[in-house]
Amino acid sequence: MNPSPMPGLTTQISIRKFDFYYGKYQALKNINLDVYSRKITSFIGPSGCGKSTLLRTLNRMYDLYPDQRAVGEILLDGRNILDRGVSVNELRAKVGMVFQKPTPFPMSIYENIAFGVRLHEQLSRVEMDDRVEWALRKAALWEEAKDKLQYSGMSLSGGQQQRLCIARGIAVKPEVLLLDEPTSALDPISTMRIEELLNELKEDFTIVIVTHNMQQAARVSDFTAYMYLGELIEFGVTDEVFVKPKMKATEDYITGRFG
Amino acid sequence: MATQLATWRKIKNRLAMTMAFLAMAFGLFWLFWILFTTLELGIASLSPSLFTQMTPPPGSEGGLLNAIVGSLLLVSLGTLLGTPIGILAGIYLAEYGKHTWLGRVTQFLNDILLSAPSIVIGLFVYAVYVAQAGHFSGYSGVVALAMLVIPVVIRATENMLLLVPNTMREAAFALGAPKWKVISKVTLRASIAGILTGVLLAIARISGETAPLLFTALSNQFWTLNMNGPIANLPVTIFKFAMSPYKDWQQLAWSAVFLITMGVLALNIIARVIFRSSKHT
Repeated sequence: MNPSPMPGLTTQISIRKFDFYYGKYQALKNINLDVYSRKITSFIGPSGCGKSTLLRTLNRMYDLYPDQRAVGEILLDGRNILDRGVSVNELRAKVGMVFQKPTPFPMSIYENIAFGVRLHEQLSRVEMDDRVEWALRKAALWEEAKDKLQYSGMSLSGGQQQRLCIARGIAVKPEVLLLDEPTSALDPISTMRIEELLNELKEDFTIVIVTHNMQQAARVSDFTAYMYLGELIEFGVTDEVFVKPKMKATEDYITGRFG
Repeated sequence: MATQLATWRKIKNRLAMTMAFLAMAFGLFWLFWILFTTLELGIASLSPSLFTQMTPPPGSEGGLLNAIVGSLLLVSLGTLLGTPIGILAGIYLAEYGKHTWLGRVTQFLNDILLSAPSIVIGLFVYAVYVAQAGHFSGYSGVVALAMLVIPVVIRATENMLLLVPNTMREAAFALGAPKWKVISKVTLRASIAGILTGVLLAIARISGETAPLLFTALSNQFWTLNMNGPIANLPVTIFKFAMSPYKDWQQLAWSAVFLITMGVLALNIIARVIFRSSKHT
């Protein structure tokens, strides 16, 4: 049942025999999946299939909610992140996350980025300035934001806010960046900019993206996982999943005959 | 058919508008009457001596200096005592105790405290503090006022924190922030304007409260800053002077009413300005 390893690629995260529960309801069933280093993996599937749930286990977001429970193994750098001994805050420094709606904090653009960095590193003023600039450049926001770093993060447009959130996530220098439908609240032009950005970011980070938009998955991701009713139906190289899917269910979904 | 329906809708709309307008006019009428009377009678006796002289014996010249200073002391100390307790309890209710048994009980008790008549609070502090100490004091008045501030601030803090979208909390947690940092740096900051507004409204409320001070701080005809004894304040002075048969005392009572009304009005306006300006940051 283990996924066969792809030749020439490093595995960043391996998910094994993974089950997830909301109270008594089982939302994920026996998930086995590898996420490869410095590649973009997308999770697709109809609403309620568990793709966001799976994403939110990778940084243990579910810890915030007492009735949610995970069973199985998620190995990151050879360590099971579900173990009780794992420090959630250290894990989240390694696995960053961007949400569906842009969520700038009520502080300046500069402070939005410095906030996360300060949690994990002690930098001098100059080093912090450099880090903020680095993160904003990486997120393709530097040119627009460099003259108003002291302005509130809320003053930016929706697309800019989302890039600020990406900058905030990568400023901590994580290994993995999780994106939960990052463009579903944005206009087409902002969406395009973020997709281009993801393509550049995968040189430095492993990216996992949940998306409702199948064209987006086809455009940006190297690997695609199709999920349905809490199960992983098919996983493979994006081109293969979209061009000649192995499973009938996948084909029905991506051709729009279902969903 | 269609036009008939539209006409009928227009008539209903007019009717509703008229009723709403009348209701508003009825409410505003009394408010403006109160303000007008206060202004008319208060301004008549406004003079610099209000702020330089002590409350006089009947029949002689005087002002309200000791009562003004006493009120400022009582209200500011009451606020300083009540606000931190209220904010901390509000944080507990919104961020920690939302689904716990203790949280629900606290919330329920706070609702009761919020609507408790202030005279009950006054008598309670009289029984547990003043009667034990054996004398009236400014400190007991501070305690009584703080007990009025606390539920208002708790409610404001809790409501404002609950308005912060959960996604913002999750975003802060996702960066690896511990809970106390998420609260102190993100959610509190997002709701600070609303909490501040709540504190200002609490101040506005206690600055006119008479009943809790009647049994605690009492009043004092003379200048004092000793909080361990009876101390002058505007509300009780108004109560005493307005009930007296002396014309000059009644006049001073109106001046005090005017001062309090203007103070409360100013606080309300400031609260609105703060709350509105925060929407644009």
